[in-house]
Amino acid sequence: MSDDELTTTDLPGRERARAALADVAAEPGVAKPDPILVVDKVIRRFGGLVAVNVDHLEIQRGSITAIIGPNGAGKTTLFNLLTGFDRPQSGEWTFNGQPLQGKRAHQIARAGMVRTFQLTKALSRLTVLDNMRLGATGQWGERFWAGLLPFVWRGQEQEITRRAEELLTWFKLDSKRDDFAGSLSGGQRKLLEMARALMVQPQLVMLDEPMAGVNPALTQSLLGHVKQLRERGMTVVFIEHDMDMVHDVSDWVVVMGEGQVIAEGTPDQVMSDPRVIDAYLGAHHNGAAGTEDGPEAAKTEDGQETATEQSAAPDRQEAE
Amino acid sequence: MNWELIFSETLSQALGPTAVVYALAAIGLNVQFGYTGLLNFGQAAFAGVCAYGLAMGVLTFGWPFWPSVLAGLVGAALLALVLGVTTLRLRADYLAIATVAAAEALRRLVRMVEMSPWTGGAEGLRGFSDTFRDYGRELGITQNLRLGPLFFTGTNLWVMIVGWGLVAVTLLVVWLAMRSPWGRVLKSIREDEDAARSLGKNVFSYKVQALLLGGVIGGLAGLIQGLRFGNVAPDQFHTTFTFYVYAVLILGGVARVFGPVVGAVLFWGIYNFLNQFLRELEKLKVLPTSILTADKVDALVFILLGAGIIALLIFRPQGIFGDRREISFHVR
Repeated sequence: MSDDELTTTDLPGRERARAALADVAAEPGVAKPDPILVVDKVIRRFGGLVAVNVDHLEIQRGSITAIIGPNGAGKTTLFNLLTGFDRPQSGEWTFNGQPLQGKRAHQIARAGMVRTFQLTKALSRLTVLDNMRLGATGQWGERFWAGLLPFVWRGQEQEITRRAEELLTWFKLDSKRDDFAGSLSGGQRKLLEMARALMVQPQLVMLDEPMAGVNPALTQSLLGHVKQLRERGMTVVFIEHDMDMVHDVSDWVVVMGEGQVIAEGTPDQVMSDPRVIDAYLGAHHNGAAGTEDGPEAAKTEDGQETATEQSAAPDRQEAE
Repeated sequence: MNWELIFSETLSQALGPTAVVYALAAIGLNVQFGYTGLLNFGQAAFAGVCAYGLAMGVLTFGWPFWPSVLAGLVGAALLALVLGVTTLRLRADYLAIATVAAAEALRRLVRMVEMSPWTGGAEGLRGFSDTFRDYGRELGITQNLRLGPLFFTGTNLWVMIVGWGLVAVTLLVVWLAMRSPWGRVLKSIREDEDAARSLGKNVFSYKVQALLLGGVIGGLAGLIQGLRFGNVAPDQFHTTFTFYVYAVLILGGVARVFGPVVGAVLFWGIYNFLNQFLRELEKLKVLPTSILTADKVDALVFILLGAGIIALLIFRPQGIFGDRREISFHVR
């Protein structure tokens, strides 16, 4: 597991991200030196309930930003809004300076901002390799008439397959390439979904609870992959409940509560912020990175294996 | 019991024009339902619109044969566009409701007495296939054909040559399309359209394209149905037609290129076998009249067919050609 054995000096991306964010004040809506995503006054109401009301938020390019907050804080709704899967009542946001409001989900993905889902969406009756190949954008063979003429797209298909196989090897799924995705375990599906998102060649990856329902051994592997995305020059935003993981992997933490950004800062700053302790960690918080506290309970909500099932032998093997 | 008649009739019907009509309609439905997961319950309407396009083109508007055929196909394509653009952005069930409603509404509209100057009302239209038959005559296909147990009239033979030719061409198109990246996008939409969207695919556009392709192929089924007797009537395109097409598709195997053809041949073969067999059995008077009389044969055939399809769904849900492993991955 070379990904996990990397020491600080092997992670220039992390050093760069942390240095850039070192002088940024820890307050909600603070400006970043080089933002890739800028969100302004985005409001989403469901009837009388204001699910999301983000006044201003910037995501630093090349960093790993965690979004935390209690259940119902609007984290996933914010993801849905930013990636075009839901529409806000008002507000605007730009990606690389390009306005995205009103754009549809597939256009946002093509622009270079790709998301994954909390409940993994493996395309069950497609093979693992076809899942991957689907992710490539700009395929000539995806037009009907061109699709009927194999010689038009065969060369490009080979190039896409080569790229897919590289990523599968990196995610240790290469032995599964010809299996139906539906036959993979829950953790392998998480890996596949992340690898498939990378086929789009995104600049910004939005991961909705990438570690939820994955056993501890595979979690380490997933964390390693997330860190590697930053080393490869991508920006990562992810939703997570487990404070240990947030502390370990993220350069910056955004705390949401009742639809708003209530705090921002480095992991250490956020975890000692009394507003956060009040709103999110509550009375259980013991001052350090909480481990066996309440927020973790949410990990099991999609019905997959729980974090405590360390004896889930098949998944442990895949991670090696 | 006249086994020779039973087998001759079964085999001839299994390859005959009706099987062609079901095969084409099921190939179209396979594109929509099998590969893309679109619940089109109005395949009868696509066939009907195309058949009426041809019939009304020739008889009502006095156009030549080929422009009328084109009008029929354009009609089927327009129906796909109207249904697709209005409902395909909504959840999947809305397409099912819209298609079944549109099919019934169109059939009743065509049936109306007020419409009879254009559509012929409930009796439909008759006598628009002369040009088509002339092509067959020019090629010398006029003789009845007897080949072992098979028997076809000259007229049917010409319909079958054209019909199975169309089946071959559409199968080639479907086969090429489904092994291309285009087909891969359709299958991904069937599996999870949000995942396809998150990977930059314009799901709405692909759904419209699938509905369009399947609808036009369904239109070809209507053309053959009309040309066969030179006659169209609204009740040929009843909702039951759509359900037979689903039975054909499930029997042959959903999302398999050859599934619809095998399904159509088997479905129509079994239907005719049961029909002939029960008629012969009735003549022997071995069963009590409470179970079998001549006028009960039709109903009994459908009861047995229905029971057979239920048994198929229980014991071989993937159909003849399907892959059992795929059935086990019903996520969500």
